[in-house]
Amino acid sequence: MSDDNKEIDEVTGTDTTGHEWDGIKELNTPMPRWWIYTFIVCCIWGFAYQFLYPSWPLIDSYYEGYFAETQRDRVHAELASYNQIRNISADKIKSMDLAAIKNDHDLNIFALEGGKAAFGDNCAPCHGTGAQGFVGYPNLNDDDWIWGGSLDDIHTTINYGIRGVHEDTRINEMPAYLRDELLNKAEINDVVTYVESLADNSIHPAAGSSEIFADNCALCHGEDGKGLQELGAPDLTDAIKLYVTDRDSMIDIVSYSRGGVMPSWNGRLDEATIKSLAIYVHTLGGGE
Amino acid sequence: MKLLDKHAFFEKNSIFLLIGILIVISIGGLVEIVPLFYLENTIEKVEGMRPYTPLELAGRNIYVREGCYNCHSQMIRATRDEVERYGHYSLAAESMYDHPFQWGSKRNGPDLARVGNKYSDEWHREHMIKPSSVVPETIMPGYPFLAKANLKYSQIDMDLKVNQMIGVPYSDEQVENAIADLKAQLDEDSDDYDAFIERYPTAQVRDFDGNPAKISELDALIAYLQMLGTLVDFSLYNESENNR
Repeated sequence: MSDDNKEIDEVTGTDTTGHEWDGIKELNTPMPRWWIYTFIVCCIWGFAYQFLYPSWPLIDSYYEGYFAETQRDRVHAELASYNQIRNISADKIKSMDLAAIKNDHDLNIFALEGGKAAFGDNCAPCHGTGAQGFVGYPNLNDDDWIWGGSLDDIHTTINYGIRGVHEDTRINEMPAYLRDELLNKAEINDVVTYVESLADNSIHPAAGSSEIFADNCALCHGEDGKGLQELGAPDLTDAIKLYVTDRDSMIDIVSYSRGGVMPSWNGRLDEATIKSLAIYVHTLGGGE
Repeated sequence: MKLLDKHAFFEKNSIFLLIGILIVISIGGLVEIVPLFYLENTIEKVEGMRPYTPLELAGRNIYVREGCYNCHSQMIRATRDEVERYGHYSLAAESMYDHPFQWGSKRNGPDLARVGNKYSDEWHREHMIKPSSVVPETIMPGYPFLAKANLKYSQIDMDLKVNQMIGVPYSDEQVENAIADLKAQLDEDSDDYDAFIERYPTAQVRDFDGNPAKISELDALIAYLQMLGTLVDFSLYNESENNR
């Protein structure tokens, strides 16, 4: 600004900026000392930073800085240091069979804790945070297992999934009895009543419906309807149902078939985590 | 102090102030942004990356249209907690065919960079229609209309063409067959299946929304979600060579 209008304010003893609006003048109060010094320190810091850390682009690369710092190195080092601690137990878990892990007090605790954390990240969205399941997603707290509830069975299911993308995935397909014209509507109606009667003595199925069941369903679900875990055929005699919420939904399943997909976790999770998950799920309440 | 006094000139002539600001910001942009276009080593060398299939691209358009990025990021940062929860940190190479990228900066919901194949199609269907039916504690709104809305794909070849123009390596053949490819990805038994899988070798083919009679917006969106983060083969990835 031009110095012509500069004057010292009488009250504060400070310069004015020389600006004047309708007789109102502006004080030119200097910045506080601490602010100025902080500013200078920041300038020095910024100047030094460009030499110490990755900064300037070059022709075919960039200047890496004196410390050659990258966040990726840092996370690899962090993971490595944690894995060093974890691997003491994780390596044992990898090499031992599931029953032996469960019998080893310390390893069992390690597997349960690790399994719980992995369950929350990976399994809870479908099976629920409490593993209580939803319609279409099995409850893991009960002792009703579709593909088997032994440690090895659970491990196989988690590893390869059900109708998943892995080549060893568990797979089956219930026929769609109406769509594929294997049974007519009346027969389906009868066989559904028969299946209901398996779980409820007060229901009396129509004559001949047990033959329909024996001819069509018994091959997988068993003559007594108790299911066959090797084939992934659910037990029909208990009150625990995966999809069935009422009679109509059961007719729907027999008519058009149903089958969920569980992803294959092999490859996404490491072997120790999958084994820990198997032990965790086995312990939830119903492991066989 | 003579030079500093010149600021009065800028303060009194706003157009020169504007030009001055532009020059200063341009220098910053030239130094920080432009090198990323020519520096080869900012993008890692990976195996498995391919451009989106037409169906996935259509799903991606819906992802952008519905503003999924407002609550979901697609960027697993290189920190231990993120790597342990979501998997390997995101690579620049994984979004090299994204225009624009969907990294996002807000996480009301979880990161989606590696959500592909993590849940079943059926889970996605139920979750899109009513999220609380599978995750009771969720705050995500439902998108039930996606299953009902027919996917508008008649101009998907133009989408591929635009991507081709800005550097995504779509072949002319892929652009020409975009509509046929989009349909082929929904049906393993279609006549175009073989040609499609030859053009997009690692694509997942099935009816994603569970309704073969209809090509819905949900088909496209689930096809997109199910491939997110699944392309790069990390067993062939050289960590130390690609350290940035």
